[in-house]
This record gives sequence, structure tokens and C-alpha cells, in this order.
Amino acid sequence: MQNLGHHQKKVPTLKSRSRHNGIVKNWELYLLIAPVVIWYVVFCYTPMYGIQIAFKNYMASRGIWGSPWVGFHHFERFFNSYYFKRLISNTIGISLYSLVVGFPIPIVLALMVNELRGDKFKKIVQTVTYAPHFLSTVVLVGMLFVFLDPKTGLVNAIRKAYGKGSVAFMLEPAMFKSIYVLSGVWQNTGWNSIIYISSLSGIDPQLHEAAIVDGAGRLQRIWHINLPGIMPTIIILLIMNAGSIMSVGFEKVFLMQNDINLEASDVISTYVYRSGLLNAEYSFSTAVGLFNSIINFILLFVVNKISKAVSETSLW
Amino acid sequence: MADKKWARQSRGDKIFDSVNLLLIILVLIIILYPLYFVIIASFSNAQDVVNGRVFIGPIGVNFEAYKKVFAHDDIMMGYRNTILYTILGTTINLIMTILAAYPLSRKDLKGRGIIMAFLAFTMFFGGGLIPTYLVVKRLQMTNTIWALLIPSAISTYNVVIMRTYFSTSIPYELQEAALIDGCSNTKILLKIILPLSTPIIAVMVLFYAVGHWNAYFNAIIYLTDRDKFPLQLIIREILIQNQTEKLMQSGTAGVDIESIVRQQMVAESLKYAVIVVASLPMLILYPILQKYFVKGIMLGALKG
Repeated sequence: MQNLGHHQKKVPTLKSRSRHNGIVKNWELYLLIAPVVIWYVVFCYTPMYGIQIAFKNYMASRGIWGSPWVGFHHFERFFNSYYFKRLISNTIGISLYSLVVGFPIPIVLALMVNELRGDKFKKIVQTVTYAPHFLSTVVLVGMLFVFLDPKTGLVNAIRKAYGKGSVAFMLEPAMFKSIYVLSGVWQNTGWNSIIYISSLSGIDPQLHEAAIVDGAGRLQRIWHINLPGIMPTIIILLIMNAGSIMSVGFEKVFLMQNDINLEASDVISTYVYRSGLLNAEYSFSTAVGLFNSIINFILLFVVNKISKAVSETSLW
Repeated sequence: MADKKWARQSRGDKIFDSVNLLLIILVLIIILYPLYFVIIASFSNAQDVVNGRVFIGPIGVNFEAYKKVFAHDDIMMGYRNTILYTILGTTINLIMTILAAYPLSRKDLKGRGIIMAFLAFTMFFGGGLIPTYLVVKRLQMTNTIWALLIPSAISTYNVVIMRTYFSTSIPYELQEAALIDGCSNTKILLKIILPLSTPIIAVMVLFYAVGHWNAYFNAIIYLTDRDKFPLQLIIREILIQNQTEKLMQSGTAGVDIESIVRQQMVAESLKYAVIVVASLPMLILYPILQKYFVKGIMLGALKG
């Protein structure tokens, strides 16, 4: 017995080490992660400290801390501004449109790809559908401009061939949201289907064998086995998407935006950019951005709660 | 196996397969045609492209557009800048992500939960555009290449993926044994962990490199000198800004139509070639790494 005890002392496991003096033993690990923690402090948490200028009148000469407090002045100005309603309705409008159209399509594609026969063909289909994801936003929007050009574009050439007049699509406020959403579907459907295709491959083949014995057809098996099989994945992704309903990606909207379609294309993030960096209204712009982040945070929290209650699937 | 499946097929199955195949082919056409069109248009006679005669194959094959692209000083400058930013940026990303992911993958790291929460919180909440801009300005990084490399040095999502890989795909016993043999933690990382992590490193290189290659927004905010502009900003001028100006102007009367047409022809022939030249590197890279990134995405989806 004594011998055994002695032996155990000589070869301690990592677990017992950490219980005694983990910090001393693992000082190297802390050294490795130190630059990372510093980076997070400087580039993530210092900006959070800077958020206080939303409640101040920021003056560069007096710095963040020294600028005078103005309370909720900037928020009130934003809520009462002429643009408030337009920004909110555009932001939510574009997001909801993207969600309703863009969310189910990758699921359908994954279910279809999963039914394909021949692994090689399956892989080719996947490779092809991923391709648009690797185009830059600038190239994608550039392609939209080129294809939709009223004089030289392919789409209008086809319209003319059918005797229809040409349309300056990129200037039409009424077309903005559809162009945004549908080009997004073209670019991201393949990429977004990856996760569903992977979780479909994890479904127990015995379930299918049993269903075949019971005489279930392909569509029935997709509906009763495959779809429920990937439901947890669908719900997690739905939560994440619903949580970001108030944050329309800046990069693409910004590139598609011009003075003529602004009434349909102006969203909170582009407004933050214009008022903040172009007009140098730092405090006001920060207030608008903060309002947006808080709504996002609350939305994510609420959707997660609901999902936890309803389906026992949640982000945290 | 496959033969058996075929033999068992009922009529309903066959109809299902045919319809499914047809729909998939339709999807492939929708995705490929715009890309295909860009390629054939880039090789075609500009006049025929502009007048909408190019649909199925190239007309009047020539390389004029590509010659112009490669003789275009700004495009070449942007290209060089982007290559530099992508290589440097990806290297920094990779080092920082490994430095974050490895300690966090170790079960015996005290305070692991707190550090992870510290990192993960930033995925849900951030300072926003202006406060971040003020920090970068304060550090005197504006109008330097560091503004494009350092503020985007880490993606928390990628840290999570890499940490999950380290803790699930590399046997913990291996590290435990090495520690008992008196191996230092740094040595374990360099000699055991990294050699076993080629797949995840490939995924990270792809994700980060694509990000740098395609990024334009930080360059708009932080850079003022034209000679530092990345390719994407130059393409933006050629494909979007000029185009928007042209669209806005086309309503105004009294412009010399002849000269506009001539200008358009030059610009038009360039556009398709620019798209090809700017996108090709990433479109070549991703199929090579395809088998890796599918796994990477699944790791990102794992909870914990």
C-alpha cells in the first residue's frame, strides 16, 4: 500500500498538478496567451470603454475622459430624427427578407445534395456551389453593376431581345432589397449548406433501413428522418440569424448604395459610417451604433431563451 | 453496396432521382453561368459584349483586356499591396490564433473559463466603428499597413474552431506523457501539437487569407495614400464608382455621346478581365483545401 502511494506521488497526473500549483507549473501557457489577452484589451475592450462618448460631447482636444457629459442627448436626437423610421424599417426589412428567403434555401439544397447518387458527382456539385462565396464583396457588387447596366448589361440585353425597355436596376429604390437578397442567395447558399450536409451525413443509416422495410418512400424519409435529424442545427443557426436581425452587413449595402436608391438602401450601419466618419459626428454616431448593438444583444438573448424553452436547443 | 441500392430502386425512387438531378443541374447552371459569362466576356470583342451579342461562347477571341489589365499601373500596384497584406496578415493571424487556442485547449489551465468568456463576449458585443477608429488613430496606425493587419489580428470564431480541434483531435495523453517527461509547454506546442494540426492550419490559412484578399472596408477607413491601396479599392473604383457616376450622368443631356461611347468601350473591356484577375487566386485555392474546411466548419458548430 505504502509503495503504491509513493509511486503515485512520483508520477502526478496533470489534474493533480493543476490542483496544487497549476499557475506556477503552467506559467508558459500564460506567457503564450498574454499577447492575445493584450490584443483583446486594446482592440476590443478599449473601444468598449470608448463607448462612453455616446453620452458625451466628444472633443478630440479633451480626449474621451475629459469631454463633457450630455446624457441621452444623442439618443434623443437620433430617435427624433427624420431618418430614424427609414433606417429601422430598411434595416429590419432587408434582414427579414434575407432571413425568409435566404435561410430555407441552403437547407433544401443540402437535402437535395444528400440524395444525389455517386460521391464524385456530389463533391463536384459542392465545389461548384461554394465558388461564389470566395468572390469579394467588391467583385460581387461590381458584377451586379456590370450585369444590370442599362446600356451594356446582359440582363437588359435579354430584356431588349424580348422587346422590353431597359431598366437602371442599380438606381431603382424599389429593386434594391431584392437585388441585395437574391445576389446574397446566389453567393452564400452553397457555403451555408455545408453545415447541413455534414450533419446529414451523421444520421444513422439504420433509421433509413428500418423506414424502407416499413415501406417509406424517399420524400417520406426526407421529411420524417433527415429533416428531424438536422433540426438542432437548423434551430441553432436560426437563433444566430434571428439575433442579428438588426445588423445588416455594412460592406455590401455600402457598395450598392448611391444617392438615388438611398431611401431604400440606408441602414443603421451605413448611417453610422456617414454621420461618424464622413461628417465627424463621433458622439452621435457612437450613440447610434450603441443603440444597434444593444438591440442585437437583447434579440439574441431573447431568441435563445425562447428556443431553450421550446426545443431545449440553445447557444449557451 | 451501390449496386444493391440501385437494384432495390422502385419506380418512385427513379422519378425522385431524375427530378432531383434535374433540379441540381438547374442550380449548377444558375451558379456557374454568371461566372462563365464573365470569363467569355473577358476574352471577347468589347463591341460584341457591349451590344449584347455574347451569350453562349466568346466572340472574336482576343487578349486585349488582359493586356490592359496587366499594363494598368494602379491594378498592378493594388495587386502587389494585396499580396503583401495577405501574406503578412495571414501569418500574424495564424500566430495569434495558435497562441490563443493552444492554452485554451488545455484542461489544466487555471482560469480557462474566465479567459474564454473574456474572448467570447466580444463575439456578441463590441465598441463599434467610431470607438475602434479612435483607438487605431490613437496608436498612430492610420495610413500605415498596420491598420489593416493588427486590428484584425484575431477572429474569435477561428480561435474557437482551433481550440476545439486541439482538444478533440489530439489525444490529451500525448501531452500528458510529454509533460511528465519534462517537456516544456512551448516544446509540446511546437513538436507535438502543430505537426498534428495540418488540417486545421490549412483551414485557418484559407479563412484568413480569403478575408485579407477580399477586405476593403478597413482600407477605406484607415488609408489615405493611394500607393498603399489594396486591389479591392482599385477594383471598386473601376467597377462601382465609375459605373455609378456614369449611371447618374446618363440622364443629363448635352454630353458628347461619341466620346462617352469610346470611353465606355475601353472601360467595358477591362471590367470582365479585372473580375477574373482579382478572383482567380482564391478560386484556385479553395478547391485544394475543400476537404479541410468542411471539417473546420463542423468544429465551429460544436458547442463548448
